[in-house]
Amino acid sequence: MPKFAAAARPALADTGLRRALRGTTAQLRGRAAAAAAEPADWEDLREAGRAIGEEALLNLDVHLEDLERAVTEAGGTVHWAADAAEARRVVTGLVRASEAREVLAAASLTLREIGLDGALARAGVAVQETALGDLAVRLGEDEPSHPLSPAAHRDRAGIAELFRRAMPAAGADLPDDPEALAAAARAHLRERFLRARVAVTGANFLVAETGTAVVVESEGNARMCLTLPETLICVAGIDKVVPTWDDMEVFLQLLPRASTGDRMTPYVSSWTGVTPGDGPRAFHLVLLDNGRTRALADEVGRAALRCVGCSACLNVCPVYERTGGRPYGPVHQGPIGAILTPQLRGVESAAMASLPYASTLCGACADVCPVKIDIPDVLVHLRGLVVDSRRRRPVPPPEMVLMRGLAWTMGDPRRHAAVLRRGTRWARLLSRGGRIRRLPGLLGAWTEARDLPAPPAESFRAWWDRTRA
Amino acid sequence: MTAREEMLRRVREALGGSRGAHPPVPRGYARRLTGPQAATRADVVALFTERVADNRAAVRHVGADELGTAVAAALWGREAKRIAVPADLPFGWLAELDGVRALADTPALDLDALAAVDGVVTGCAAAVARTGTVVLDGGRAQGRRALTLVPGYHLCVVHADQIVGTVPEAVTRLDPARPLTWISGPSATHGVEGVRAEGVHGPLHLEVLVVED
Repeated sequence: MPKFAAAARPALADTGLRRALRGTTAQLRGRAAAAAAEPADWEDLREAGRAIGEEALLNLDVHLEDLERAVTEAGGTVHWAADAAEARRVVTGLVRASEAREVLAAASLTLREIGLDGALARAGVAVQETALGDLAVRLGEDEPSHPLSPAAHRDRAGIAELFRRAMPAAGADLPDDPEALAAAARAHLRERFLRARVAVTGANFLVAETGTAVVVESEGNARMCLTLPETLICVAGIDKVVPTWDDMEVFLQLLPRASTGDRMTPYVSSWTGVTPGDGPRAFHLVLLDNGRTRALADEVGRAALRCVGCSACLNVCPVYERTGGRPYGPVHQGPIGAILTPQLRGVESAAMASLPYASTLCGACADVCPVKIDIPDVLVHLRGLVVDSRRRRPVPPPEMVLMRGLAWTMGDPRRHAAVLRRGTRWARLLSRGGRIRRLPGLLGAWTEARDLPAPPAESFRAWWDRTRA
Repeated sequence: MTAREEMLRRVREALGGSRGAHPPVPRGYARRLTGPQAATRADVVALFTERVADNRAAVRHVGADELGTAVAAALWGREAKRIAVPADLPFGWLAELDGVRALADTPALDLDALAAVDGVVTGCAAAVARTGTVVLDGGRAQGRRALTLVPGYHLCVVHADQIVGTVPEAVTRLDPARPLTWISGPSATHGVEGVRAEGVHGPLHLEVLVVED
């Protein structure tokens, strides 16, 4: 994975992608703002959501054991996976045992995180994506750009084009209006749903007290996956645990309004273990760590684990709106990704270290977060960790050399004035049309992700001396 | 060490001494509807009706004695010929059906049969006014989850006394041990340009009959 600034470059140059993203995020942002403005108790709900999330994390070990006991008593099986490889092994083993050649997937970030598709493909099992956006991304051999609207970077014409090619039954004259595309996806997947024997899904919440799994969705593809097959495998991070069933009264109000701007999404499903005569005969819950306990150990950074996956922070983020999701890496995108991914994977690599800087720190994400994750606060905290992790290197990083030089220069007014004068002259030589696109040498890193306005011909101090002295 | 022991050990190590007592969850949010919108029972029912319509579902009020006629009229309106119903649907609901064949889900219909019917008629366990939601829990007159998922049209009968004001009231009433499905309007996607489009996998049409007893 390249550094954020480098990965963002192609996206910034792609005007079609930027137009599509701007449209999608503006839609979602407007809907969510209206939905949050409606209930008089919205701030009370956010405060409760924050506190429940904190409580869930501070006693996570107890809640996980309760959850395991409750799921098992209800006829389900709980598996533990310390990392992605272990989760892949568990799921692949379960699918093999079922002898299914195809599994249905209601896409979730967790399934992407563990790279399940590739692992099952190697085991000779095809994974069928079932949500419209995920289907489009798969057909386009593409990467999702938004967790709720994976095909947000494609416009309707692009999606219609993909469907016409991959779904001969839809006809070569399939129109590109959203209703027609939804109908085509429905027809294409129907037969597969009716024949499926195994499905893999994520979960939005896991209730420790009762062992209940909860899935919130709009299309019904998750309902299909969790209802029709014989075997249901659910892969969920340990951060999805909420302590009690009553806590759902808070999250069922917060999540739909913050994510799609619905008072309630069309469908919410919950189930506890297995129910004779209704739904799958076998239910497997795979609990995934994969770096979450590392994040949990950071008292500031652990706030990111409260995330309920609404994507409100992406839809208001000026950086995300221009770059799309891909530069953030393959799984968690936008502002929440910028704080979650480096914690899950550590900040040692250059790519991870670049993520906390993929922000203007404008704070819009913190304002809309339904569980009050202070994303800018965590970004700044992580920037500190990045700097600390480099402080120990034998050769000091360029920023540090620069900052030390700056400290020396600014320690003396005459020195400062002289450097300013000379610097201004050089900077103006570098500028074109009032902007500097690239600074030379070590300073170049700073202009990698931004242009610099050319400095004025005369500094304020010089002007003051000339006119007032 | 098993993955289970390893993960629990990591969690305990990560939390270290940092847990201890923390303040209780502030639950100052509204548990019930208040204000002019919910002064009386009739207001709560009216709010439910308005919000169901907002969710792009059809909704109608009927008296208890007109229910059979209303169910039949709704099915005729959709030109339904064959429908599926839970085995324990009250007989009176289907008493006026003429020209519509109702297949009881006992023994369980296979999925192809479910996919071939023109619709399904069920009751519900609870309904939420603030969000325009009906909740099914597999109890009386509701059947298993596949019934209300596979057919393209779902007619749901809600008795006025099943309607509560808020999500907290519904959560308190429902038993998490049962499989629950909260339904707020027809299946919808935002997959294309973030625009809401109806109908991908679940029922394309939801119709709600509110019975005033």
